[in-house]
Amino acid sequence: MKPLARVAIYVALGIAAITFIYPFLWMASSTLKSSAEFGSLALIPDQPTLENYRTMWSRAPFGRALLNSIVVAGTITASVLVFGSITAYALARLNFPGKRALNAATIGVLLVPGQLTLIPLYTLIVQAGLIDTYAALITPYLFNATAILMLRQFFLQIPQSLIDSARMDGMGEMRILFTIFWPLSRPPLAIVAIFTFMGSWNEVLWPLLVVRDQHIMTLPQLLTVFALGGGAGTLGVSLAAAMVLVVPVVIAYMFLQRYFIESMAGAGVKG
Amino acid sequence: MRADAKPGVLMAAPYAAFLLVFAAYPVLFALALVFMRWDLVTDPTFAGLDNLQLLAVDARFWRAVANTFVFLAIHLPLQVATALTLALALNRPLAFRAFWRASFFLPVVISGAVVAILWNALYATDVGLINKVLVKLGGSPVPWLTDPSLAMASIAVMVTWKNVGFYVVIYLAGLQYIPRSVQEAIELDGATTWQRFRHLTLPLLLPQTILVVTLSTINGFQLFIEPYVMTGGGPLRRTFSVVLYMYTNAFSYQKMGYAATIGVALALIIGAVVAIQRRLIGTAEAQ
Repeated sequence: MKPLARVAIYVALGIAAITFIYPFLWMASSTLKSSAEFGSLALIPDQPTLENYRTMWSRAPFGRALLNSIVVAGTITASVLVFGSITAYALARLNFPGKRALNAATIGVLLVPGQLTLIPLYTLIVQAGLIDTYAALITPYLFNATAILMLRQFFLQIPQSLIDSARMDGMGEMRILFTIFWPLSRPPLAIVAIFTFMGSWNEVLWPLLVVRDQHIMTLPQLLTVFALGGGAGTLGVSLAAAMVLVVPVVIAYMFLQRYFIESMAGAGVKG
Repeated sequence: MRADAKPGVLMAAPYAAFLLVFAAYPVLFALALVFMRWDLVTDPTFAGLDNLQLLAVDARFWRAVANTFVFLAIHLPLQVATALTLALALNRPLAFRAFWRASFFLPVVISGAVVAILWNALYATDVGLINKVLVKLGGSPVPWLTDPSLAMASIAVMVTWKNVGFYVVIYLAGLQYIPRSVQEAIELDGATTWQRFRHLTLPLLLPQTILVVTLSTINGFQLFIEPYVMTGGGPLRRTFSVVLYMYTNAFSYQKMGYAATIGVALALIIGAVVAIQRRLIGTAEAQ
């Protein structure tokens, strides 16, 4: 490539990168500005203040929401990994009646748009008396068809001889799965873990339907309700609340970006 | 063989039960709800074709559908163009390649709720970053979200920004399968950069383009949190979305039958639009 073209490419990429990164920097800096200074272009505030954070923290239970988000996303991720592996193992390596139907149903589930089942699921949760519970946020996500398909695909490639010799040693299927298959399956397990956790961490429509009690709300829901309900008052306070949701994700992303990209792009295409 | 089946049945049973409760039942019940009237407090009653008749003439529903098409008309070309441009720029040996890719992908990992609140601030007429820059450059402030003819376009630009990194990754994967030797051969034949792009790269990336268009379309019909947070569906209902209307019917009006009817209609519309798009892109390519 000609040197001039090379420079042009880097300038263009630099401008593009700024477009994606700068808004988040502006957001972080805006939360540290007083309302008088809010909106100034400078990234370093003249008189940095934690006022927005104090207001946000005292007006709505964001600490509790952070905990709720960790509990909900953590439980769902653990369930999708453990129960998803058990299912995928059965679908990949065991024979049982109905296996083909279950495989077909798993692919069928991916074709059903979420909007179709949203309202019936909501009425189900209401009738089960689960409004304002963790169970309402967790149970519909205990299994994930995309995760099962990915794990099944990977489990299919593990040599049969490993299973045979383990069975010869008297190992049960569950032990074979968790002591032989799992250590060999770290990459797909990591991919499943990331897109499951992120999906749950960022989800907002479902919580908005099934939770009304502020103390059960996850972060994105409390943030939305807080910013909309006038609780925030100013944009600076809203953005400070948004930072609680963003900072853990950005830190994790900086260290694991390759896995994030592989996981979230892969799941989106297959899901 | 009988004894062999036991572990498989035991290990697959929880998932089968889950599918019955959380997939099969909701799909069937959605279809049943179309013919029901239900406020979740009193018992559901048979509504006949009332929900369907109402939907056929419901100006608010069709406004939301029309809004989605406005959104897609801006979003789809913009999404394909930006994703393709960035992917082509990245598809060469570059310093900091991982950094560029990671920076484009950053908004993808951030919650839609946060992005909506952030862009609400970026778009703010008086204190927003975008208008501050405009004024600095000698322009005048633009009412991005409060001008009825502009609000949906503003949201479309924001959604493009949020998702482009995702589609860049899809295009980059596709570009890996175009062998360097083919590109060099066509270059030796004297093809210009534009000719090479038009007659080699673009056709070979057709599967990726179809995927990008399909996923962005489905995503567009799911528009919810953006208008919910940024405009409440306004101004003049110009950003009102189908999912927002469905949510309002279920959550605010307690009309489960009608909300489910909207859901079923939306699923059918998505299926039809995606099928038509695939046909159109296929024929355009054949010519």
